[in-house]
Amino acid sequence: MAAAASMMPYFAQQISSKNDLVPDWMGQEVSTGTTIMAVEYDGGVVIGADSRTTTGAYIANRVTDKLTPIHDRIFCCRSGSAADTQAIADVVTYQLGFHSIELDEPPLVETAANLFKASCYRYREELSAGILVAGWDRRKGGQVYCVPIGGMMVRQPVSIGGSGSSYIYGFMDSNYKPDLTKDQCLDLTAAALSLAMERDGSSGGVIRLASISESGVERKVILGNQLPKYSTH
Amino acid sequence: MLEETGPEWLSEEVKTGTTIIAIEFNGGVVLGSDSRVSAGDSVVNRVMNKLSPLHDKIYCALSGSAADAQTIAEMVNYQLHVHSLEIDEDPQVRSAATLVFATLNGLLTRQPFAVGGSGSSYVYGFVDAEYRKGMNKEECQQFVVNTLSLAMNRDGSSGGVAYIVSIDEHGTEEKVILGNDLPTFFDQ
Repeated sequence: MAAAASMMPYFAQQISSKNDLVPDWMGQEVSTGTTIMAVEYDGGVVIGADSRTTTGAYIANRVTDKLTPIHDRIFCCRSGSAADTQAIADVVTYQLGFHSIELDEPPLVETAANLFKASCYRYREELSAGILVAGWDRRKGGQVYCVPIGGMMVRQPVSIGGSGSSYIYGFMDSNYKPDLTKDQCLDLTAAALSLAMERDGSSGGVIRLASISESGVERKVILGNQLPKYSTH
Repeated sequence: MLEETGPEWLSEEVKTGTTIIAIEFNGGVVLGSDSRVSAGDSVVNRVMNKLSPLHDKIYCALSGSAADAQTIAEMVNYQLHVHSLEIDEDPQVRSAATLVFATLNGLLTRQPFAVGGSGSSYVYGFVDAEYRKGMNKEECQQFVVNTLSLAMNRDGSSGGVAYIVSIDEHGTEEKVILGNDLPTFFDQ
């Protein structure tokens, strides 16, 4: 399957993409169009993402899992090029695992974020990756770090990313308050993702949620027909 | 990069970066806009009223190229004036909309509320979640002000003050809300 897949773009370039016989998606890079979100609460973090991966106009995967574990209590939310983010996540998972064994301690979320930043900044010209790093550690509790395209890193109490995030800045600014409970964070994330998926063509499918705390990771899926509904017209 | 092309704003077209919003309520409408006009990185007017009267009780909100939008508004204002003399009564809002859409070669669609301009992207989620049918005039005004404030905080091309126009059968009311009186949110 991998060999066949790598031959397709070659043929697509030979047969010009202006030719109607070659579908648009055969020449396009696989992108996690996406809406991702991460929120800190006292004792942990809540993260969420949609589930659509597109190659041009074709939805290559409608049930993607964009919430990738990096360590026991550290996850990352991926947006941008699917290949780039998967590769970076794999590298960081290895580096962090090694570091954690050396330390003989669970790693810090800030360490994971710095590892992401190091890769994203060094290869910034070649990469197209926007990543949210979120998790729990004993030193600072729940933390969210944003590593957008370009490779900067900043900690934020709540962060959104991906193409669909533009549409929910207003909603997030008005609805987020400090000191929310875990369930309030879950509801806020589900609502925000639902609104973004409704407006952004590159986001859709199901909502994947996870909450990370000292006691572990709880994952949840909200299916299409169970999404919060906002009908305005 | 070797050529001296001068600052961007000397050669860039003047744009109303903008956030605009209009919303129907039972008995009238409320329109709102920000006040920033930019040419490249420079803000050339920080207090521009983008809500332009087409007739006593018909207004339009401008976005895009400032010159083009103003010209269309003035043209339609004139045509509507002549039309209302011909029919000897106040023109319909639909007529005004049709004149604008015909000039622009665009899309005409009636909606309970609409947002536009570069800042509108950031508030689609907010308006989808918060809009309810059957709001009264004061609730609509508050909704418009909140929306504009959120958009102005996130969009670099929107800012300044908020202009609000409320139109109902009793008349037209214009209001300005200065920057420091705008609603603030958790990170301000």
